Amino acid sequence: MASATLGRRGNAAPFRSRERRRANLRALIYLSPWLVGFGVFFAYPLISTVYFSFQRYDMFSLEPVGLLNWKYFFRDDAAWTSIKNTLWLVVVMVPLRVVFGLGVAQLITKLKAGAGVFRTIFYLPSLVPVVAGTLGFVFLLNPGTGPLQAILGAVGVQSPDWFGDPAWSKWGLTLLALWSIGDLMVIFMAALLDVPKQLYEAAALDGASAWQQFTRITLPVIRPVVMFAAVTGVIQTLQYFTQAMVAARVASGATDSAGSVFTPGYPDGSTLTFPEWLFQEGFRDFAMGYACVLALILFAVSMIFTLILLRQFRGFAEEDA
Amino acid sequence: MTATLAPETVARRPAARIRSPKGRATLYWIAKHAIAVALSIMFLGPLVFIILTAFMSDRQALTSELWPATWNWSNFADIFEEAPLLTWIRNTIMYSVLATAFMLVSSIPVAYALAKFRFRGRKLAFLLVITTMMLPPQVVAVPIYLIWARFHLTGTLWPLIIPMLLGDAFSIFLLRQFLVTIPREYSDAARVDGCGEFRTLIQVILPMARPAIAAVGLFQFFFCWNDYYGPLLYAGTDQSHWTLSLGLAAFKSQHSVQWNLTMAATILAMAPVIVVFFFAQKVFIEGVKLTGVK
Repeated sequence: MASATLGRRGNAAPFRSRERRRANLRALIYLSPWLVGFGVFFAYPLISTVYFSFQRYDMFSLEPVGLLNWKYFFRDDAAWTSIKNTLWLVVVMVPLRVVFGLGVAQLITKLKAGAGVFRTIFYLPSLVPVVAGTLGFVFLLNPGTGPLQAILGAVGVQSPDWFGDPAWSKWGLTLLALWSIGDLMVIFMAALLDVPKQLYEAAALDGASAWQQFTRITLPVIRPVVMFAAVTGVIQTLQYFTQAMVAARVASGATDSAGSVFTPGYPDGSTLTFPEWLFQEGFRDFAMGYACVLALILFAVSMIFTLILLRQFRGFAEEDA
Repeated sequence: MTATLAPETVARRPAARIRSPKGRATLYWIAKHAIAVALSIMFLGPLVFIILTAFMSDRQALTSELWPATWNWSNFADIFEEAPLLTWIRNTIMYSVLATAFMLVSSIPVAYALAKFRFRGRKLAFLLVITTMMLPPQVVAVPIYLIWARFHLTGTLWPLIIPMLLGDAFSIFLLRQFLVTIPREYSDAARVDGCGEFRTLIQVILPMARPAIAAVGLFQFFFCWNDYYGPLLYAGTDQSHWTLSLGLAAFKSQHSVQWNLTMAATILAMAPVIVVFFFAQKVFIEGVKLTGVK
């Protein structure tokens, strides 16, 4: 705990142990819903996941198989394809989103006229339900029927078959992710407006160009926010599921939804993400033991990034009540 | 920004490149706003084309034409005959409303305790909230699924609603971030007046936290409204338990060539969200800011 807390406590009347116990009990009562939730929906399932990862389980028969599931993982080509795709999204989509979000936010803070209207317009797409937005993009980018080809065709450019071509499908998803940049934009705008004005005025007096002001003043000041956006972006991308699932389903023209023969990843496994493969193995093929292996791998990787984030939050948690 | 450029800075530059400070500022102004307008077209374009397509006839929607030849308002009536949309809407509303109400009831006291109480393990509890908020839901999906299967609740939306009675990490985090900013003096004053801790929360803190509660409630509502993963996992194959998101994703495959109807259904899913946003824009923007670090 921060020394500030101790200092304050030192000034106040000394806490007697009975009072402290009462305070702890009171906190326990207020926290109880979450504590139960944490136990039932997090701690227990996590331990249980470890247990199942050493079993073969299909909801009917349970059979201990030792390390078989873990060994299978290294031979599972689809799993590695999904890892590669997820990594691609982390390396390409996340940085692009951060740069684009920052650029858009920077632009709005510099606008003299209509900043409010532009903010609303730029934010709006991030509210569009994910399934609806994905459906829309698959249609819009479809070179056969969509308007994008009609527009590009007018200037003589041939649009790629975004969601039908393995080389382009992840770029299609990236466009969709850039379109719904609103949340990130608002976070960056708040950070940009917090940068002290005097810093810019002093720099301008010294003859710093707009670009110099951005790299020497803006970026260093908002660095924590950019870091935060990047790390949460990575964590969210590790969960990337709905857009890839819906885009593949719609673009492939597969029939039926739940419990169908549809295999995610269309075209050619190029949009298969790690959580999708976990879902497929656990809840469509009912290889639940193996799905738990995938879950634990996802847990380990997410945990690394969560710990990075927690380091940033350390200051937060210490903030005095 | 350009307006703050001191005159002498500009005067030092070669006269050939910048005719006058005023001319340069005007040029900047035009450039910035031109980029903003271009971006607006890119952000709004998809929505405009979705709307235009929704009005086309099914044959025209398969061509690359941009403007509807005839405005087929009947498309919006047809989609209700093509799919059990009303059932899906009802299920989606039930999921969203109940989950939001349950979340608020359970999460507010937790957030309040984390923000205002001093107790052993407070820091640890907060770190665990952040951790559960950050970890992908897929990590613990299998055992949780098995719990609900044991209660014979798979195939319904209840596995998504009931856990909300036990708090939601993201909402707790957000509410806590807001509650710590309320000065201690308010609750102290209430206590001096003989207010118990619970009454202080209800009568003093809650009214002050209204913007944060509204934001968290709206976020939860929209999350449920848009949720695809949850219903896909639990709602099963029986369409009478589906939500709008789930049905929408399957809509196109069931009506494979009818892009116009698919887009009409898409608008139906988007419209409520966008209408709410225009009424509560400020709540949203302030809420999103809370999610960032300060």
